[in-house]
Amino acid sequence: MIRIEDLHKSFDGNAVLRGVSLNIRKGQVLALIGGSGSGKSVLLKHLAGLLKPDQGRVLVEGKDMNELRGKDLARLRIRLGFLFQGGALFDSMTVFENVAFPLREKTKLSNEVIQERVFKELEHVGLAGSEHKYTSQLSGGMIKRAALARALVTDPEIMFFDEPTTGLDPVMGLSILRLIDDCHKRLSFTGVIVTHEIPRVLQIVDRVAMLHKGVVWAEGRPEEMASSNDSVVQAFFGKDMDMHEEVSGGRDEKV
Amino acid sequence: MFIVRKLGTKSLDYLGAMGLMGVFLVRTAFYLVTPPLKLTRVLKQIRFIGLQSMLVVVLTGGFAGMVLGFQGFYSLSRFGSDAFLGPAVGLALIKELGPVIAALMVTGRAGSAITAEIGIMRISDQIDALELMGLNPHRYLVVPNFLAAMICLPLLTAIFDVVGIFGGYLIGVKLLGVGAGVYMGEMANYVEMSDIMEGVWKSLTFGIVIVWVCCFKGYYTGVFSGYGAEGVSRATTQAVVLSSVLILVWDYFMTSILF
Repeated sequence: MIRIEDLHKSFDGNAVLRGVSLNIRKGQVLALIGGSGSGKSVLLKHLAGLLKPDQGRVLVEGKDMNELRGKDLARLRIRLGFLFQGGALFDSMTVFENVAFPLREKTKLSNEVIQERVFKELEHVGLAGSEHKYTSQLSGGMIKRAALARALVTDPEIMFFDEPTTGLDPVMGLSILRLIDDCHKRLSFTGVIVTHEIPRVLQIVDRVAMLHKGVVWAEGRPEEMASSNDSVVQAFFGKDMDMHEEVSGGRDEKV
Repeated sequence: MFIVRKLGTKSLDYLGAMGLMGVFLVRTAFYLVTPPLKLTRVLKQIRFIGLQSMLVVVLTGGFAGMVLGFQGFYSLSRFGSDAFLGPAVGLALIKELGPVIAALMVTGRAGSAITAEIGIMRISDQIDALELMGLNPHRYLVVPNFLAAMICLPLLTAIFDVVGIFGGYLIGVKLLGVGAGVYMGEMANYVEMSDIMEGVWKSLTFGIVIVWVCCFKGYYTGVFSGYGAEGVSRATTQAVVLSSVLILVWDYFMTSILF
């Protein structure tokens, strides 16, 4: 589904990505981990076509993101969902308007259908009753939920999550991870999660890739990564890591 | 040697920024004439740039006309030509002061807000979010502002001129005793259609200059003015200063070359 080939990217002479290659199969969720400044978010923006690589390419369903232009790029992007670290909600709009926005702008659905889909999506993310609130009236967790609802309302086939739990308390972080897991079960999207939320994120992903020194340092199933002998991977995962902390359970949090 | 290198780097940076500004204008012109047009956004911006600037334009227009009434009367009466107060006020407002002051007012009121809004959208990833929804941010954010400014600036200038002429009338006729018929009649004799069109063309191009600079500065907030609240604040200041300077420079060229 997504294929990254020898991706290089530098900013002002500082090489951030030095030849990243990775495959993500359809329906699979991959956690992208690594230290701060290792280029995880930069890689994620390349996958979404927001940044152009200096060298290498990103293929989504065989199409090179760097070569797509205009309507072809727009057509592909409508099948993508992106959860930004800060939510990137339009602050001049209410929660309802934010979630309805992609449907209003990119589909010809009637107002009744849009309303129905937005309410349904808000209910899925636990924001029923908050549709008239503005971003400034929402808590950090609610912003992430609203942004998730907006990203999912078009039923995307591919979802990118940029540090979905950053800035949230542990309970709220856990709740967001559960929500992502629920949504994946419901929509079966192909996903990439940039995160530091180890070990909890390992419960909801199929594979883990670790970025270090601008390349994919290690990649494998969560259990393989957790038991890796590599010192860099070990340092990141920690020796006393409990991989079995429950994430995929019912919701116990109310916003 | 270090100074030369530094100077060269700075010059190249400025040239690069100017090139990018040129490309920005060309892209906007292209999207302006090709569908789809975001009509609701255009109407919203007409309300913001036009309707909501009316109060400040009426106020400044009125007082500019009143000052012109006083200054014009005292200057003209030295030569015994106070009968020409009407044309003097009318021509000064229609050809010069109307377009320039109205444009400066719109820059301060609406231009700064446009830069701040687009700048905040840039630093909070809202523009990237638009792009990822398959929307063209340029078409969605910039084009409506251009169209709105091109419609509103000539209209605001016309309002400024009319209010200014009545301001001058109030001082000249009601306060200083110039005949009402003389004030209006001489104006009708001396102000020609070409003078009015000069003001219209000026205000139209000033509108383009304002939104060009203000949208550009907001759109490239992270690139040219830094990130965060400080970056947006710097971009807004730069937009207002550059727009104001460009309005006066462009006014000089339009006056000296085109008319």
